[in-house]
Amino acid sequence: MTENEIRTAFIEELTKVAPDIAPEDVGDDDHIQDDLELDSMDVLNLVTALHQRLGVDIPEQDYPQIATLALATGYLVSKVAF
Amino acid sequence: MGVFTLPSLGSDMEAGTLVEWLVAPGDTVHRGDIVAVIETQKGAIEIECFEEGTVHALLAEVGAELPVGTPLASIVAQGELLPEPVVASVPDFPAPTLETQARQPKPVLATTPPAAVVPASPAARVRAHEMGIDLSTLKGTFPGGGIVLADVNAAAGRVRPERAKPASPMDEMRKAIAAAMSRSKQTIPHFYLSHTLDIQPALDWLDAHNQNSAPADRILLGALFVRAAVCAAEKLTVMNGHFADGAFTPCDHVNAGVAVALRGGGLVAPALINADQMTLAQTMAGMRDLVSRARAGRLRNSEMTQGTITISGLGETGAEAMAGVIFPPQVALVCLGAPQIRPWVVDGTVVPRNVVTLTLSADHRVSDGRQAAKFIAEFETRIMDPQNL
Repeated sequence: MTENEIRTAFIEELTKVAPDIAPEDVGDDDHIQDDLELDSMDVLNLVTALHQRLGVDIPEQDYPQIATLALATGYLVSKVAF
Repeated sequence: MGVFTLPSLGSDMEAGTLVEWLVAPGDTVHRGDIVAVIETQKGAIEIECFEEGTVHALLAEVGAELPVGTPLASIVAQGELLPEPVVASVPDFPAPTLETQARQPKPVLATTPPAAVVPASPAARVRAHEMGIDLSTLKGTFPGGGIVLADVNAAAGRVRPERAKPASPMDEMRKAIAAAMSRSKQTIPHFYLSHTLDIQPALDWLDAHNQNSAPADRILLGALFVRAAVCAAEKLTVMNGHFADGAFTPCDHVNAGVAVALRGGGLVAPALINADQMTLAQTMAGMRDLVSRARAGRLRNSEMTQGTITISGLGETGAEAMAGVIFPPQVALVCLGAPQIRPWVVDGTVVPRNVVTLTLSADHRVSDGRQAAKFIAEFETRIMDPQNL
């Protein structure tokens, strides 16, 4: 799976959890909670969707590592590779 | 034959715009089936049918703004003789209510004699008049050739029926909240009790639980709060029910309203129906579903109207307390501030603990401080013992 595919997957799952956010509005460094206003339930729904789609089980202590699109892409690339 | 009317959409909404029919004449419907989608000030709401039988005719058309109580469909009960074959001409639309009439810019029906011979619905006539369109030049798409609103809109070059209101959805949401909260503050003599609770045991239990759970099985602190509030509401029945027509009626089950903040402002508080029958895991699953559907604009009208008590959480970080406004016709609202680390005395020693301030807003027409204090005590007992929630 390429980095681009993972990036696309993250944006797709994020905008499914928050359907009022347009994919083009997700900036690389936008914080999903502070900037995009996801609440804790949205974050959990996103983590659940990523688990189902990519097979990556993100533990709670790693949530800060998926706080932005840029961070999440790097984190997921490292996890999917294994 | 029963007539199914537009049910209440919540205490703060008096009308909505029909955006989609999910049934057609001849379809069988059961109680609870979703039959239509109504756009309201708080987003789209799915309308559940309260009748059982076969849809005989649809009495309202897509694009029309309908006050609560408007006939939507006629439904023939099973075994009942069908009065006539399924409607073949434009149905007889209900007369607009006084309120609707007052909102119409001009009384058009009486001043359009040429259109009178053209079969068209009242909404289509009004729109045609507004747009300066001669109805006799249009071709109706309703069975029998009747002209409906969509035909006029199509002729006017519109893809979708547009609402007459120029205000943005957020303005509409604010209006709805303002109306409901003003009514609440004008009619409900609120009183408030606050108490700060040690939630360290709850957080420790959650950490341990979530560490060993796949994302789909994880639980959030908010679910523990809802579960504890539901247990307290079961015990203190004066906090759980509806005040209507000058009297309080306690509810023998708990429909927990869960306040969901929406992006950009505004909030909805759909209810978790029969939350008293749910385990903690089921409560969490129900809340996940409610939040997802609140975001997608797919809440049901029963969820918007049948809440018996509301729980509002301020989230994981931020302000420590809020005294909330009760959602009429409910009589209590439980507000939980964001957890804060504070010096706390545990077994005679001061230690840093995560604490949360609960503020209960209650209705003095129904209860007083003693009962409110008992509610909070029951909540505290429950939240201190998370494994048994």
